[in-house]
Amino acid sequence: MYQEIILDHYRNPHGRGLRDPFEAEVHHVNPTCGDEVTVRVHLSGGEGRDAKVEDLSYDALGCSISQAATSVAYDLLVGHTVGEAFETLDAYQEMVQGRGKVEPDEDVLDDAVAFAGVAAYPARVKCALLGWLAFKDAVAQAQAGGNP
Amino acid sequence: MTALAPTAAGGATLDVAKIRADFPILSRTVRDGKPLVYLDSGATSQRPRQVLDAERSFLETSNAAVHRGAHALAEEATDAYESARERIAAFVGADVGEIVFTKNATEGLNLVAYGMSNASVGDGVEAAAERFRLGPGDEIVTTEMEHHANLVPWQELCRRTGATLRWFSVTRDGRLDLENDPITERTKVVAFTHQSNVLGTVPPVEELVRRARAVGAYTVLDACQSVPHAPVDLHALGVDFASFSGHKMLGPSGIGVLYGRRELLEALPPFLTGGSMIELVRMEGSTYAPPPARFEAGVPMTSQAIGLGSAVDYLSAIGMDAVKAHENELTGAALVKLQDLPGVTIIGPRSTEARGGAVAFEIEGIHPHDASQVLDDSGIAVRVGHHCAWPLHRAFGVQSSIRASFHVYNTLEEVDALVAGVRRAQEFFGVVPS
Repeated sequence: MYQEIILDHYRNPHGRGLRDPFEAEVHHVNPTCGDEVTVRVHLSGGEGRDAKVEDLSYDALGCSISQAATSVAYDLLVGHTVGEAFETLDAYQEMVQGRGKVEPDEDVLDDAVAFAGVAAYPARVKCALLGWLAFKDAVAQAQAGGNP
Repeated sequence: MTALAPTAAGGATLDVAKIRADFPILSRTVRDGKPLVYLDSGATSQRPRQVLDAERSFLETSNAAVHRGAHALAEEATDAYESARERIAAFVGADVGEIVFTKNATEGLNLVAYGMSNASVGDGVEAAAERFRLGPGDEIVTTEMEHHANLVPWQELCRRTGATLRWFSVTRDGRLDLENDPITERTKVVAFTHQSNVLGTVPPVEELVRRARAVGAYTVLDACQSVPHAPVDLHALGVDFASFSGHKMLGPSGIGVLYGRRELLEALPPFLTGGSMIELVRMEGSTYAPPPARFEAGVPMTSQAIGLGSAVDYLSAIGMDAVKAHENELTGAALVKLQDLPGVTIIGPRSTEARGGAVAFEIEGIHPHDASQVLDDSGIAVRVGHHCAWPLHRAFGVQSSIRASFHVYNTLEEVDALVAGVRRAQEFFGVVPS
């Protein structure tokens, strides 16, 4: 499960830290282990799925899987439209929740395919999803009017 | 004097190999053929064949709904159920009428909290229940080292009644800070653990009971981590209520026990109401059966109670002094060997004095979840997370921890396997301190 890509992201997370500007900030926890993540999103242009993800900034306390997964989310989601980001998110979620039965699409998931091994450990799936689902929630809040 | 009896030096021994042969699950392998090293008995213990056989035998010969019906099976089932209650009562130094079967320890603690809650609302509360009435100005005292099961029900009781929650803090070495005592004349309930499920700490029960009694407060003991591992005499301890679970003491899940002093159970209003807990039912209102039946509404769990009776027989045959001495040896070895590893910090008392067999620790530079993954790949089962004691972890400034916990079937070789596993995790994540 601990592929070198995961350990690299864990040791040197990309895009870490909370930044301005942002339209929404959310705080998610994993109640079984106490891991926490705060995610901010900054969107621009367009409506709904056409809006662009200008930034995803975060502060996280947690295990290597949750930290690395959030770092990879930053790489894969920023610079894309909300529609594209949600497609990537759906593919990622399907993979890690797939109990090893889902063949990941490397063209869509890039570095995130390293998390395919997490699917074999149901107790760790929440770790792999923590930052990603916080992003989804933040986008929903931003598009519903924001909360800063 | 302590009701957790001191270990007779060299007196108590047990045959671990013989005991392990009674637990089929301990001989299985996990994760590609690794022998299972089960160090998570603080979460749930494994069950010996004798317990499984007792449940099966009951179900194959005598199963019926207890305390209703007059046929042969109903009679046998009721006898078996009540016999289990008698043996469990004797095991913890209680009278049979003081033992209430619940779903688990959490339900037992909620039963007390809701009983008090029911005594605190509205008019028409029986005169006998007035003694449990709580309201604004009253206080409930608990501790920072509680499992959520002995904290959240009291927070909720405070919310419903307007009472205020206070608590004992925990010192850096994992003991209760008895100097800063929140117990006052306003205190109505003092709820505390008999052994921390994280730190292993055994607080001074007699002293806490003395302080509570001095102000007329009721004591509620979470005995989940003590009854399975050491001799416990509830009458000698002098607590008013105590709760423990079957599944942590080699028995089935789905069965727990609430102990209450007879006089108090007779006055406490019921929590769950319905069938079999009544005395007389009319459309205008009802009266209730004496305890313990008053607190056992509905058809109860039966094979689980019989299984727990068998678990108590099993532990009694080994002898709780011997169980305690064995776990003490394992705990001592784990404390010494883990503290010898650079980068490993024990959370809780560092010696076995007034301490049981839950050993929580941190590894510098490795998140507990990551460490447990490496241990799991070697077949070692430990608990990670906050172990349902989130405020305690906050008090220690950590998000989560790794906990190894022992029972009568664990061995010194398993302690060594844990220590070797921690080393492997440090190597894997490249955090071996020089």
